[in-house]
Amino acid sequence: MKSKQKIDLVARDLTNEVHEANFIGAKMKSERRYAALGRDYADPDKLRETAGLVKQHTLEHLDKYLEQAEASFERNGAKVHFAFDEDTAKKTVLNIMNEHGCKSMVKSKSMLTEELELLHYLEDQGKEVIETDLGEFILQIDNDHPSHIVTPIVHKNRRGIAKSFEREGLGDYNDDPETITRRARAHLRQKYLDADIGLTGANFVSAESGRIVLVTNEGNARFCMAANKVHIAIVGIEKIVPTDQDLGLFLNLIGRSGTGQQLTVYNQFIGGPKLKDQPNGPEHMHVIFVDNRRTEVLASDCREILRCIRCGACLNVCPIYRQSGGHAYRSVYPGPVGAVLSPLLAGNRFPELADLPKASSLCGACNEVCPVNIPIPDLLLRLRDKAKREGAKEAMKGTPNLAMWATMCSQPTMWKAALTMGHTMNHIPTQLIPHPSAMSWQGTRKLPKFEGGEFRKWFKNRK
Amino acid sequence: MSSDREKIFSAIRAALDPLPKRTAKPEWKRELIVCNPSGEFSSLKEQLADKLVFASSRYCDSFDQLAETLKAENSTFGYCDPELAPLFEKLDGITFETEYDVAKVNEYTFGITKASAAIAESGTIVLKDGDTSSRMGALTPWIHIAAIKESDIVATIPEAIDRFGDDPSIVFCTGPSKTADVEGILIEGVHGPGIQIGFILS
Ligand code: SF4
Repeated sequence: MKSKQKIDLVARDLTNEVHEANFIGAKMKSERRYAALGRDYADPDKLRETAGLVKQHTLEHLDKYLEQAEASFERNGAKVHFAFDEDTAKKTVLNIMNEHGCKSMVKSKSMLTEELELLHYLEDQGKEVIETDLGEFILQIDNDHPSHIVTPIVHKNRRGIAKSFEREGLGDYNDDPETITRRARAHLRQKYLDADIGLTGANFVSAESGRIVLVTNEGNARFCMAANKVHIAIVGIEKIVPTDQDLGLFLNLIGRSGTGQQLTVYNQFIGGPKLKDQPNGPEHMHVIFVDNRRTEVLASDCREILRCIRCGACLNVCPIYRQSGGHAYRSVYPGPVGAVLSPLLAGNRFPELADLPKASSLCGACNEVCPVNIPIPDLLLRLRDKAKREGAKEAMKGTPNLAMWATMCSQPTMWKAALTMGHTMNHIPTQLIPHPSAMSWQGTRKLPKFEGGEFRKWFKNRK
Repeated sequence: MSSDREKIFSAIRAALDPLPKRTAKPEWKRELIVCNPSGEFSSLKEQLADKLVFASSRYCDSFDQLAETLKAENSTFGYCDPELAPLFEKLDGITFETEYDVAKVNEYTFGITKASAAIAESGTIVLKDGDTSSRMGALTPWIHIAAIKESDIVATIPEAIDRFGDDPSIVFCTGPSKTADVEGILIEGVHGPGIQIGFILS
């Protein structure tokens, strides 16, 4: 393959092992999703459409709901902070840690903290930070990045993980997944007990009651709020939904869409510091609402992407993601959602990621599985248009120059002449056409015989 | 901080002002999200029992059976909510403490705490901070036994949400703690309980 596009290059260089891990992992989750929704609902599309409208409504009234959420959290005794950009977000976390005299943090999975690269920032400031989600913990010790938003180490296999554990002094080499999990349990348990602050993201926020909702299978977010005294929830402003009852709609969709579970094991609804009589848990809760270019996306013609609940279904079903894996997207959010969101969140670095919207066959599967019914293919087309208009070089790579084609199509005489010429094409070996994209296209395909050019004749003579 | 607040709000308003019209909130009925029962049940308790097992939790309603289960798992020392202690003291061969001592985090092999509700349609156990004697007691032991009053079983998720009140920390537990991070292979008991038991008090 002669493609020059970065995503193709990464896909080409994947080892068979990684390729297979990505492919099988994604396919398995897609199949489970399909089975769970079909089993449980006569018309799952009705849920998806409703959920999409609820989020679209919330986004289009975000000023009102964000204000309501702020008031609700304050009423509950939580402290609310706002961070317009990356820097303020990170500094806010650091300030809260310093204010409470905290040195070590346990954190649960949050894609927003990946956006901010919060972990490295806090470490540079002399704080200890431990990722507690098993997958994220493994990424942390390997200094690696997630390749999937729900199953972050889908690209790794047990042998690699066993080696990392051995290197980190977590026991002799043993690649049994159960042993790996038990060792992590024992190791992280001590970290929870030693930490003085817990940080979580939020999958949803109820504006009505001032509750964040956390969705996990491992129970690590529960532990990040059990032995320590301070809790920070760092939240993108697009996570809000209007009421507690709306949460039921989303919780029924997120587990089924992402992993085929009817509900994810733990759904936590956190509205403030612990009760006075509760012996364990945080006495202080801080909520940080982060923009980090979300309002730019809200102002764009791709605002629907902010409905995303990060279930991962569009990654799992995507034929491109299955082949390329998540790292090929060179950004925090991979797959179809990432192809839209990553370039938008990149701000003036948009041109660097402007090729991502092209990493799609526009088959529409991502829209079909999306629990909030985001028209991802439409958004990809809008971004392709934007890239073209802005002349983003990254997006042009490997694209044939169509100027001649455009001239030909817009001149009737040239077009007629070309159609007559078409027949002569059948007599020359097309492999010889000295155009790079034509040559690469034909590397794996055969051009069919030209049979066109008869339409006008037929049209004129028809009775 | 207030300046960041202002920046965000004015950016939101600037983004939304040009919209010709805004999406209305859809009216949806609770029935929309209630899932097929997949089976016929004569009572909520029966449905809950079925769905707990479907979610890989266990169902139990007899003290003798519970004692057997604990012994079979080599789990004879644990933690118990002091208010529940009189009920569970009759467990043969089982001892527990009623004050959670963090130093014994790895010695407690089971924890018994109250559930505030259980959801029949999904096999979910609901823990509210106000009813939980110790967050650690419900989270750290290998086996968690949630004591559920039969009258606290609700049919659906929306009904469970109706009962939230102003509790600051509510947890829905649907199955034991689990991961499939390593090669998609399911392993139970990551940070929380490896065995989740719903114990019905009639
Ligand atoms: S875009 Fe839709 S399908 Fe993709 S992760 Fe977001 S919510 Fe899930």
